[in-house]
Amino acid sequence: MSDTGEAPVLLHLDGLTKAYPGVVANDSVSFDIREGEVHALLGENGAGKSTLVKMIYGLVKPDSGTMTLRGQRFEPSEPRAARADGIAMVFQHFSLFDALNVAENIALGMEKPPKMGDLAAKIKEVSEEYGLPLDPHATVGNLSAGERQRVEIIRCLLQDPKLLIMDEPTSVLTPQEVEILFETLRQLSREGTAILYISHKLEEIRSLCDEATVLRLGKVVGSCTPREKSARELAEMMVGEVLHVPERAAKDAGEVVLSVSDLSVDSPNPFGTSLKNVSLEVRAGEILGIGGVAGNGQDELLAAISGEAKTDQGAVTVHGKAVGNLSPNERRKLAILAAPEERLGHAAAPDMSLIENALLTGAVRKDLTKSGFVNWGASREFAREIIKKFDVRTPGSTNAARSLSGGNLQKFVVGREVLQDPDVLVVNQPTWGVDASAAASIRQSLLDLAERGAAIIVISQDLDELMEISDRFAALNEGSLSDARPAVGLTVDEIGLMMGGAHGMEVAHSHPDEHHEGATS
Amino acid sequence: MDLSSFDPVVLITTMMIAATPILLAALGELVAEKAGVLNLGVEGMMIFGAICGFMIAVNTGSPFLGFVAAAVGGAVLSLLFGLLTQYLLSNQVATGLALTLFGLGLSALLGQSYAGIKPPSTEKLDLPVLSDLPVVGPILFSHDLMVYFAIALVAGVWAVLKYTRAGLILRAVGENHDAAHALGYKVVRIRLLAIMFGGACAGLGGAYLSLVRVPQWTEGMTAGAGWIALAIVVFASWKPWRVLLGAWLFGGVTFLQLYLQAAGVSIPVEYLSMSPYVITIVVLVIMSADKNKAAMNAPASLGKQFHATH
Repeated sequence: MSDTGEAPVLLHLDGLTKAYPGVVANDSVSFDIREGEVHALLGENGAGKSTLVKMIYGLVKPDSGTMTLRGQRFEPSEPRAARADGIAMVFQHFSLFDALNVAENIALGMEKPPKMGDLAAKIKEVSEEYGLPLDPHATVGNLSAGERQRVEIIRCLLQDPKLLIMDEPTSVLTPQEVEILFETLRQLSREGTAILYISHKLEEIRSLCDEATVLRLGKVVGSCTPREKSARELAEMMVGEVLHVPERAAKDAGEVVLSVSDLSVDSPNPFGTSLKNVSLEVRAGEILGIGGVAGNGQDELLAAISGEAKTDQGAVTVHGKAVGNLSPNERRKLAILAAPEERLGHAAAPDMSLIENALLTGAVRKDLTKSGFVNWGASREFAREIIKKFDVRTPGSTNAARSLSGGNLQKFVVGREVLQDPDVLVVNQPTWGVDASAAASIRQSLLDLAERGAAIIVISQDLDELMEISDRFAALNEGSLSDARPAVGLTVDEIGLMMGGAHGMEVAHSHPDEHHEGATS
Repeated sequence: MDLSSFDPVVLITTMMIAATPILLAALGELVAEKAGVLNLGVEGMMIFGAICGFMIAVNTGSPFLGFVAAAVGGAVLSLLFGLLTQYLLSNQVATGLALTLFGLGLSALLGQSYAGIKPPSTEKLDLPVLSDLPVVGPILFSHDLMVYFAIALVAGVWAVLKYTRAGLILRAVGENHDAAHALGYKVVRIRLLAIMFGGACAGLGGAYLSLVRVPQWTEGMTAGAGWIALAIVVFASWKPWRVLLGAWLFGGVTFLQLYLQAAGVSIPVEYLSMSPYVITIVVLVIMSADKNKAAMNAPASLGKQFHATH
């Protein structure tokens, strides 16, 4: 809606404050959302966006401050109450049940669901009306990320919401899927539904949103009309400082270091994706960026290269030596290192100290053990080196990994591998949940490592990140890897197609005129 | 060796009776596990139910009141497990094992003066004409009511899980407790109810042993039935009708080994006695051989602790 200035206020937030031990998540947050408006809530991780929407959705009670919905005092005690008042929410981490089917999942999100048969018919009808076709009887665990999100959106739409909250909805979608989603959101907005859209993807916000409120460290630091600002201006409002963009020196590619040929691995997870005939080459000093929607074989690819999953001996070779049947430690000896995505429980042992975590992957290359005994002095030194060089904010190296914030632990995990001077490094989602300046420093460290001659694979769902640092780009789609292409000059459309386009999801949006023409001609 | 006395009708009726305690306990555990709770205390709840039911039935003379008391006793004991694991967030495996040891000890203490007493006998179904039919009569119409109750409970649990909203919510909680919480369902409350249902069923199963199947009180009389019930839930891949199948299979093998012993088969008795357990293990191994398939049916949040972070 372009005339939002005249639309009545739907939800008025006044001085909302919520403190947790040691941190004020929201500090006196006030703003208005108008009917039919697409309102962006901008901010870095930890800026307090999630806490704010949880208060609106009744999951968290504010310490102080009031909310007013259409002139009425609004104090939802639980999500049920918020839903009854027309608030619906699509979660960042999907709140879906893998083993249940689409209709069952939707019924669980409704107060008074109709009979299953009627509900299934209704799902088909509404989903087609909004251009998001869905099969009500499909098991959710087998759906693609885009389709899973549709389930959540349809669940909200069936309740006829006045305000739809979307928390980072596009982080799991291909560019084509994002376009389908935006078309649906614009249609909803035209019909008078307000949308509170949380994201840190600035270009999306510029193309979709009417208004934006920027949060930093729990406070509202500004509001604007996103169309009138550049992405850079928005980013600097969000971060509060001038951003440093990583630099890379132009260089010639060296010899092939890592080569994967015709690699097929079965996923250990029943809802996981098996790799199918993956082939790739990475040269010394090169960064290969691998994109793709989450769950398309990223974890499996990392496991196959790190040695967690053993493969045919010849499927993975490093410097011409077949390593497919070697264990992770044997590969570490050959300078093949990896930093997996899941920080707690995979990349780091949550309840062990940073020293112990440094020891766990560094023992082989840093000589931290001797005839079975741990050299604690050297381990401590190694942990301190990581903390210092990667600016990990922690009271000390004896703190448990669990006690670090996500971004700090990420810096530690990546730093630990980078400092072991690998020839081959695979990182999955290296800057996930990390604030913009720390992300920039992690990326810089990867670029520096490549300059020293390492072959690096960066797996990420952040396409901007991949375009920024990779020399070549490939995409994983349902376990298959596309051919790698030079990253410079790739368009968003091309990337989207490499990622599988709209994943065979039909685009039901079509311009009415075209439809008409098609029918008459 | 004399196999001439083999009678398939006896095999089936005995199998149904031998299966009933395990069937009841396994059904209860199935519901708890569907809600995401792994309660390894089935054995303890069974034997506690056995002594509760026995004491009340002997003192009141009513087996019916005995069964009611057994269900209540089992539920109360399971509530202890529920409070520890759901509110105090203790480890479910360790707490379940402790519950088994506690149940065994407590029942031995309570049952000291009840050894050797005969409980009031539980009525059997006796329908004119129908019960006297050959073959069909003894198999279908001549059991005590608990046998029918257990089978009806299988149908009930199946229907509730599959067709009702309560069943859907229960499965949702077991599948993804964080998502269920985010949607506003009371995860802890639902799990406590499921745990108590599991306890009540285990109690009933125990009482069936002490009041009908044996019938008398001896210390440790459940003799591993609770563990078999746990195994049968896995064997059944969390499906009620398959629980019935598993329980009958176990009951049938139990009868067969007794029959073979009586018939004087020249295999040492010990091998025969262990055969039901060996067969259960073998079946479990076969069932679990296809890892993906087994994992697919298990509730995804099974045994995981839930703690609302906000």
